[in-house]
Amino acid sequence: MIRVQREDFDVGAELEALSRGNHRIGGVASFVGLVRDMGGGAQVTALNLEHYPAMTEKKLAEIELEACRRWPLDATLIIHRYGRLQPGERIVLVATASPHREAALEACHFLIDWLKTKAPFWKSEETPAGEGWVAARAEDDAAEKRWD
Amino acid sequence: MKLLYFAWLRAKIGVAEEEVALPSEVRDVAGLIEWLQARGPGYREALAKPEAIRVAVNYDYVGRGHPLADGDEVALFPPVTGG
Repeated sequence: MIRVQREDFDVGAELEALSRGNHRIGGVASFVGLVRDMGGGAQVTALNLEHYPAMTEKKLAEIELEACRRWPLDATLIIHRYGRLQPGERIVLVATASPHREAALEACHFLIDWLKTKAPFWKSEETPAGEGWVAARAEDDAAEKRWD
Repeated sequence: MKLLYFAWLRAKIGVAEEEVALPSEVRDVAGLIEWLQARGPGYREALAKPEAIRVAVNYDYVGRGHPLADGDEVALFPPVTGG
């Protein structure tokens, strides 16, 4: 399931819903991304996240499909927020459920790595010196490559 | 054709989206970028380093040789930074 929304989400409730009623599931893995208060050495007072809605939906659906093709998953969830967020706020939740832990953990890792390099989101950071766009990191490209 | 710009590309070009009629000699993404660069200072600045720009046609990433058709939705943007 995919949700792109402005509002916050309840991690506990989301994880509980993911496996509810399916007793084949033996493990749920999750990743929660948060807004940091430091970016490139500067104090970040807020983060603005914009995206390309039609393409975001399409890319996230493809990424989810690819995870289900590679691992035996009973359920997957991607929630990504957009808009203005404060340090400490949740940005993203990725969760996977599978009969076994390896599939759940690996697929969760895969989903966040692919999402970071393929889903059309952009961050700009507000700092005391002004606002600036966040540059893409080479480490994220390298992280995506490990799943080739 | 509908063009969309995101993040600092939008900021430099000054509009989020626009409808354009491409001249017939512009056939692919590389040609579009070249044509846009000549449209004004904002475009020139935004596309000064075309290798840093990602292009999507109808919501899929494409390379520079991808052909363009009239009804396409073409988005230009910097490398993504979500997650």
